[in-house]
Amino acid sequence: MPEAMSSAAPLLEARALCRHYAVSRGFFRAKGLVRALDGVSFTIGEGQTLACVGESGCGKSTLARQVTMIEQPTAGSLSVDGEDVATADKRTLKRLRPRVQMVFQNPFASLNPRKKVGTLLEEPLALNADLGTAGRREAALSMMARVGLKPEHYRRYPHMFSGGQRQRIAVARALMLHPRLVVADEPVSALDVSIQAQVLNLLMELQEDLGIAYLFISHNLQVVRHIADTVMVMYLGKVVEYGPKVALFERPAHPYTRALLASTPTIDARTRRERIALRGELPSPLNPPSGCAFHTRCPYAVERCRAEVPALRPVGAVRVACHRAEELL
Amino acid sequence: MPLLEVEDLHVEFGREAAPLVAVDGVDLSLDAGEVVGCVGESGSGKSVTALALMGLVDFPGRVRAERLAFAGRDLLTLSGAQRRKLVGKEIAMIFQDPHASLNPCYTVAFQLMETLRIHGTDQERASARLRRARALELLRQVEIPDAQARLAAFPHQLSGGMAQRVMIAMALACSPKLLIADEPTTALDVTVQAQILELLLRLQRERGMALLLITHDLAVVAETAQRVFVMYAGQVVETGRVPQIFETPLHPYTQALLAALPEHNADRARLKAIPGVIPGVLDRPRGCLLHPRCDYAVERCRVDQPPLEALSGRRARCHFPLDASGRPTRGWRPQRMRAPSNA
Repeated sequence: MPEAMSSAAPLLEARALCRHYAVSRGFFRAKGLVRALDGVSFTIGEGQTLACVGESGCGKSTLARQVTMIEQPTAGSLSVDGEDVATADKRTLKRLRPRVQMVFQNPFASLNPRKKVGTLLEEPLALNADLGTAGRREAALSMMARVGLKPEHYRRYPHMFSGGQRQRIAVARALMLHPRLVVADEPVSALDVSIQAQVLNLLMELQEDLGIAYLFISHNLQVVRHIADTVMVMYLGKVVEYGPKVALFERPAHPYTRALLASTPTIDARTRRERIALRGELPSPLNPPSGCAFHTRCPYAVERCRAEVPALRPVGAVRVACHRAEELL
Repeated sequence: MPLLEVEDLHVEFGREAAPLVAVDGVDLSLDAGEVVGCVGESGSGKSVTALALMGLVDFPGRVRAERLAFAGRDLLTLSGAQRRKLVGKEIAMIFQDPHASLNPCYTVAFQLMETLRIHGTDQERASARLRRARALELLRQVEIPDAQARLAAFPHQLSGGMAQRVMIAMALACSPKLLIADEPTTALDVTVQAQILELLLRLQRERGMALLLITHDLAVVAETAQRVFVMYAGQVVETGRVPQIFETPLHPYTQALLAALPEHNADRARLKAIPGVIPGVLDRPRGCLLHPRCDYAVERCRVDQPPLEALSGRRARCHFPLDASGRPTRGWRPQRMRAPSNA
C-alpha cells in the first residue's frame, strides 16, 4: 500500500466504541448494566504496535472481542481498512475477519489437544481459503519454519510441546491467513522469563518482516515498554491515558498510570519510582463510582473528581482523562 | 543457630530404579527474621522444595535429606502427629492461587477459626467467642476493609487480592516463626501485588518472622529479599545477597535470566533469550545441568557436574564462575561445540 494511503486511513480505527452488557442480578431485580467498554477511541497504523494496559476488569479483553469482530459493539464505530464493522452484515464480516487474528494468553488452553499441529494450522485455511490439501500442507509447513518449528512437528500433538513452543504454534495459527492485525491477549504472561524473551523476539521479528500490526494486551509494563509504539491505559472501561510510549513512560500524566509504573517491581534500585499508595482494588463495574471512576483510589482526588467525569484531552504529548493533569505533571 | 537448616535435600517421584528427580541436593538455611527469595523457572523445583519443608510431599514421593531441622528440632525423626502440630503453627505457607486454596464451601470466619481450633492457645481452643474475636482481629491486621462483614463471606465473594489477604491472615493466625510464600502475587494485578508484598513485609518486620519468598519474578525478589537462592532443574545454582547477586551474578544462568528481562534491554532490541527449555524427567543431561543452554559451556561442563562452591561469601555451582565484568574466569577458553544433538 502506498505511504499516502496508509496515513490517510489507518488500519484500525475505533471511535467512541462502547460495549455494554446486561447482567441479571436476580429474578425480581432490574437488570444491571456493565459498561465494559465506554467510549474508547484509538487508531492503529500499518505495522504499528498499540499496547493496551490495565488491571483485570478494565475492559481489555472486551476490547479484543470487538476488534476481532467476535462481538458487535453496542455503540460507536470501528473500522478495519476503512470499512465499518460495527454495523456490517454477516457477509462483510466473514470477508473482514481473516484480516484480524488473535493469539491468546494460555497456550495450554488455546490449542485443541485432540488435533495435530498440522491440522490446527490448516484449519483456518480450510475454512477461509481456496486451497487444496497439498497447498494447505505446504502453507502450514512454511509457516512452521517461519516461527521456528521443525517439519517433524507437523504430526505432533500440542501436549508434546513446551509452553514456549506451544505459543509459537498459536502465533503460527494466527498468521496462517496473513492478517494485517494480530490481537495478542497477554501472549507471554503464562511463560517463564527465558521463554518469554524467545516469544517476544519472534513477535518483533514477524512484525518487521511481514509488516503486521499488533494490539498488544498486557499488564506487564516492562514488556509493553519494550515492544509498543503507542500505549493506551484503561480503567473501568475508559481510556485514562493514551499516547506515544516514550512520552507516556517518561512523564506519566494520569495518577493511575503513575501508580501502575510505581507498582511494577524492578531489579535496578536506581530506576525504582516512589511508591504511590493506591488503596483498595478495582470497584465493581456494575456500580462504578460517580465522576472520575478512579477517584476512590486516587491520592490526588478533589471534590470535582467526585462529581464530574473528566474528558480525554491533550496534555503535552499525550491525551489524559484527569482534571488535575496539568497541576500534577 | 539458623531457624531452618536443610542439607542435601532430595525429592523423587516414580520408580526407585528410574526416579523423577524434582529436588536434587538442595542446601538451604534461614535465620530468624530474614527475608529470603527463591527464584527459578517453572520446573526448577522451588515449589516441591517448599512442600518438602512443610511435609506435604505425599506417597509415592520420597523425601531424603542429610539434615532437615527447624529451630533445632529434627523434622525427619518427628512422628506424623508431632509434625502436624508444627506445620501450620510454627511453619505456615501461602500458595499461588488463593481461590484454589480456600475451601469454597465454608465462610472466611469458619476457615480462620478452624486453624485456631487446631493450633491455637488453650483458651482459643476452648472458646469459640475468643476464636471469632481473634479471626476479626486477624482480618483487620491484613487490612481487609469492613472486616466484620467479611467474616461471613464465602471465598467466591472475595476478589483475588482480598482472598490472598485472607490466606495471609490464616497463615499468621498462630504467629509462625517461618512463613513460606509460594508465588503469593503471581495471580494478582500489579497494583494489588504491590499492596500484598508491602503487607507481607510489614507483618514480617512487626513479628520478626522469617519469610521464604518463592517466585519466578526476579524483580519481586530484588525489591523484597535480603538473600536469594537461584534454582535450576532441582539444584541451587547460586546464592548471594541482594543486590550483589543481581549486579554481578556469578553463575551464567543468573546472568542469562537477568539478560532476558525487557528491563535490561534497549528499546525494541532483541532480547537475549535462553535457548531451549529446562530439562525434564527423561532428558537430564550429564555434567552441569545447564550446559545445553549455557553460552560458555565447554567440554568439561558436559562431563563433570560442578559442586556448589563458596566464593567470597557467595556460592555458585559453576566450573567457571563469572567475574565482575560478566566473563567466565579460571582460565576459561571458548571451545568449538559439537553440533547439538536433536533431542
